[in-house]
Amino acid sequence: MRRVLALPGLWLALFLAVPFGIVLAMSFATADADRAPPVAFSLTLKNYALLFSDPLYLAAWIASLRIAATSTLVALLLGYPMALAIARAPRRRQPLLLALVILPFWTSFLIRVYAWMGLLADNGILNNLLKTLGLASAPGTILGTEWAVHLGIVYAYLPFMVLPIYAVLERQDRALLEAAADLGAAPWAAFVTITLPLSQPGIVAGCLLVFIPSVGEFVIPDLLGGTGTPMIGKVLWDEFFLNADWPLASAVAVCLLALLAVPIALFQRHHAERLR
Amino acid sequence: MSGGGLRLAATVLVFGYAFLYLPILLVAVYSFNESRLVTVWAGFSTRWWTALWANETLLGAAWLSLAIGALAASAASLLGLAAGWVLARARPFPGRTAFATATIAPMVMPEVVMGISMLLLFVGLERALGGPGRGLVTIAIAHATLAMAYVAVVVQSRLAEFDRSLEEAAMDLGATPFTAFRTVTLPLLWPAVAAGWLLAFTLSLDDLILTQFVAGPQSQTLPMRVYSSVRLGLDPQINVLGTIVMAVAASALIVASLLTRHRADGTAETR
Repeated sequence: MRRVLALPGLWLALFLAVPFGIVLAMSFATADADRAPPVAFSLTLKNYALLFSDPLYLAAWIASLRIAATSTLVALLLGYPMALAIARAPRRRQPLLLALVILPFWTSFLIRVYAWMGLLADNGILNNLLKTLGLASAPGTILGTEWAVHLGIVYAYLPFMVLPIYAVLERQDRALLEAAADLGAAPWAAFVTITLPLSQPGIVAGCLLVFIPSVGEFVIPDLLGGTGTPMIGKVLWDEFFLNADWPLASAVAVCLLALLAVPIALFQRHHAERLR
Repeated sequence: MSGGGLRLAATVLVFGYAFLYLPILLVAVYSFNESRLVTVWAGFSTRWWTALWANETLLGAAWLSLAIGALAASAASLLGLAAGWVLARARPFPGRTAFATATIAPMVMPEVVMGISMLLLFVGLERALGGPGRGLVTIAIAHATLAMAYVAVVVQSRLAEFDRSLEEAAMDLGATPFTAFRTVTLPLLWPAVAAGWLLAFTLSLDDLILTQFVAGPQSQTLPMRVYSSVRLGLDPQINVLGTIVMAVAASALIVASLLTRHRADGTAETR
């Protein structure tokens, strides 16, 4: 047992835990463009001070949380009915319906975001369609706005919302609903008093699975969003690749991880309980 | 369910699947567009498909991505198999929660965080030990660390499904734990491991963010090339490439789901 544990244990220690330690140490260092790597060792809090005082960074934190939260809510409103419809479909159809939800998640993330660039561009497919149908005279601007970022996140992470909710709904005892109907409850009343409360663990898991990666999302705001308020994942990227400020980028990473530690722990607990 | 309920459910599904699939389908359709303008239909043409075969930069990047994918998926399968087995079968040990969290955290952790931390490790290793140089090896290590989480979850769910009494019976009959694992557990487990390998392969083939951090200047993977091209705007060759990549990934997933098909009998685990 110990020998089996050793392999993944050491791997995770070396390639996950130790790197986080280095990032933590790096977040207290000072950027120095004259060195290679561009860092001078120090023990300063000024990276963190900057992150929490500069209005630009503050705005990025708030925007990231806001966009992730609203996208999660929209994904829930869209994903729950889908999960419910799949769970109520004939049993033999369910594996196929479920696979159809999973399939897009495993087909190139980058290409799926690219697909929306073509759809949403000013002279893109959507605007051309609206013009042809006579629904819009002048093309509206969607690409480069927060709308596009929301849309991209909901689109990319919708499968993450549907799967855990389906997993809970699928196990629900349908006799409960029959009992409610026998006792005179309308279908919507049975839904609100039985189905919805019982599916709460799936809702929580789905929301965590969408919210956590969305907060630090980079590709979607970079390709679909505008130059306005950046999300925090893009701030980290730009500080690292454009400004070569490794310490500041590390401080962003530490804060992001600290912010998401509780949701990640919650998700792990849910996952462990599900497999018990 | 009532007739109205059925109709509502069908409508929900039609709209949901349309939302998921229409954008992808349009990428494929417009890869056959005559015009250089990706979003304006100007007639059917295969010129961009022919152009792609002559694009050696993209083809070279594709080969590198496939090599990294195979390497990373194999490492992730081995690591994920061990991790999944420990999580499903091992008696409680100190640090189990930490181990479980570390195993699945990469599934949800923002990739920029993993990316920067792994790069800093590799920079440190290079300075301390002189290697490994950034490129194929470092990218494969990063992808394996990310993908082993998915393999572990598949293996763990599979192990949770079947009775450990089989293994215990083997050991009661005198098999060593390793022999019991090799002759009893592994044959039951291999479809899950194979499915995990395919998932890891697809994940590696698609990864941009981790790769961008840990890649060296000489190693441009396919997603890196796609990303730098896409940043400059729409390009019909990317439509072609996207269509191929999605077809490959979809085939891998279909094979993976056929391998774990026994789950579909209704009593079994759903991911």
